[in-house]
Amino acid sequence: MRAKRVTFRHRWLPYALIAPQILITIVFFLWPASQAIYQSLLRQDAFGLRTEFVGLKNFARLFADPLYLDSFITTILFSTLVTALSMLTALILAVMADRVLRGSLTYRTLLIWPYAVAPAVAGVLWWFLFNPTIGIIAYALDGLGYDWNHYVSGSDAMALIVIAAAWRQVSYNFLFFLAGLQAIPRSLTEAAAIDGAGPVKRFLTIQLPLLSPTVFFLLVVNLVYAFFETFGVVHATTSGGPGNATNILVYKVWRDAFEGLNLGSSAAQSVVLMVIVIALTAIQFRYIERRVEY
Amino acid sequence: MVENRPVLNIVQHGLLILGAALFVFPIYVAFIASTHTAREVGSGIPLLPGGEFFANYAQVLGEGLSSAGAPPIGLMLFNSAVMAIAITAGKIAISLLSSFAIVYFRFPFRVLAFWTIFITLMLPVEVRILPTYEVVAQLGMLNSYAGLSIPLIASATATFLFRQFFMTVPDELTEAARVDGAGPMKFFRDILIPLSRTNLAALSVILFIYGWNQYLWPLLVTTDESYYTVVMGIQRMANAGEEQPLWNLIMATAILAMLPPVAVIIGMQRLFVRGLVETEK
Repeated sequence: MRAKRVTFRHRWLPYALIAPQILITIVFFLWPASQAIYQSLLRQDAFGLRTEFVGLKNFARLFADPLYLDSFITTILFSTLVTALSMLTALILAVMADRVLRGSLTYRTLLIWPYAVAPAVAGVLWWFLFNPTIGIIAYALDGLGYDWNHYVSGSDAMALIVIAAAWRQVSYNFLFFLAGLQAIPRSLTEAAAIDGAGPVKRFLTIQLPLLSPTVFFLLVVNLVYAFFETFGVVHATTSGGPGNATNILVYKVWRDAFEGLNLGSSAAQSVVLMVIVIALTAIQFRYIERRVEY
Repeated sequence: MVENRPVLNIVQHGLLILGAALFVFPIYVAFIASTHTAREVGSGIPLLPGGEFFANYAQVLGEGLSSAGAPPIGLMLFNSAVMAIAITAGKIAISLLSSFAIVYFRFPFRVLAFWTIFITLMLPVEVRILPTYEVVAQLGMLNSYAGLSIPLIASATATFLFRQFFMTVPDELTEAARVDGAGPMKFFRDILIPLSRTNLAALSVILFIYGWNQYLWPLLVTTDESYYTVVMGIQRMANAGEEQPLWNLIMATAILAMLPPVAVIIGMQRLFVRGLVETEK
């Protein structure tokens, strides 16, 4: 690891400087993370009186549990939909905003603020709009002949949390797409225009390929968001229901631990989630290393 | 723009306005709902503001929904602000110090310390909630501002940002400071921190929003109403047991809950964009 050519000398000062962060990291991070791994290898009886070491049995049970596998599929469906919906919408808006000369700052201001809305609050807002008895969108859908009810229909509930989760994420993606597009030299698109390429062709053959690092980066970030940061969206709206239609993995970990009190299984689920997030982060870092080099 | 195409121009402005409208629509409906009585909202959403604006907001701010076990929103807003500011200030303080140590000193275990901090980038709190909750409970930090904020300070994003920035500060400055007889802390205080001003400001905007919008963590560590934060409090109001939720008051709360972070984003737009793009890189 690199350090400065010119450094200070001191016997204890660097340790004192670094101590607060190391201390907090050990107490609130390393210790709980290792506890999660340790607990995933244990099983407790219902009263917490006896604990036995069961090795990887919690994991074996987990992957044999149809409820867990269902939750996995639900999560994958949910994250794919959120990522696709928010990235596509953001890309269209960013391409449009990039072409605008006048008023682009106004558009940017109008389009970025939902990022500041907490996922849980976004959930409550859309829940209100889609409320089957008083919601304005449910009312409009009724007029179109669709009987919306996310309390009964699993696919309606899924649509609700996808919209609520994606709505907020569009702004984030928009910012990165816009930054990416504006980094592409104007001379490239101008040269292509002189050669007779229309706007659509220019987008497909020049802008989109040059934007691919941004696309890839956002893909990972959006998946991480949909997997791990959408607890609030689900908890504040559908509570995983109806049935288990919206019981995504982070929600299930919480429910099994704090409502089901099934500690071994919840810990095992945490460990599976850790593996997923580490894999996603590793992919992201590899890519970032590459980007830093050029 | 490369060439002039009137049709395309209309399409692009149309799409942008449509996008902006899609974003504003939920807020508009929420605001309208927050200005009516519960009965008016219950019998089909009105499209124009009603006359209950002051009554509704005064009620949520001052009294809260005692029937739903929610304290006054004024208190919850205060708690959210304390939590967001504590996370922002705490994260920035520990990160400045530790990245200064890592970049400007050579000491045994430096690399180990760096990786210990680095690994926290990998695991969001959502993934290890139960054991983290147990640690906080054992330390007696449930229902306290410390319990709300300190565990969320343990993440390395800010440390990395400062480390990267410090690496770009020219060595000549350090040399000059040393020639003038300045010790490390004087250099840190009088040269490094003033140079980091923009980064500090940009990061503060991002961290404030991050702290304000926390949901799962406050839900776990607070059982005492007087420590509820507004983002988690909304859920308690909306799921108030058997009764019909009072949507007019819930929407007033939603508006109040998103006002501070949205104001920060709009007011500090330039810093926010910069902070976001830099922290994520």
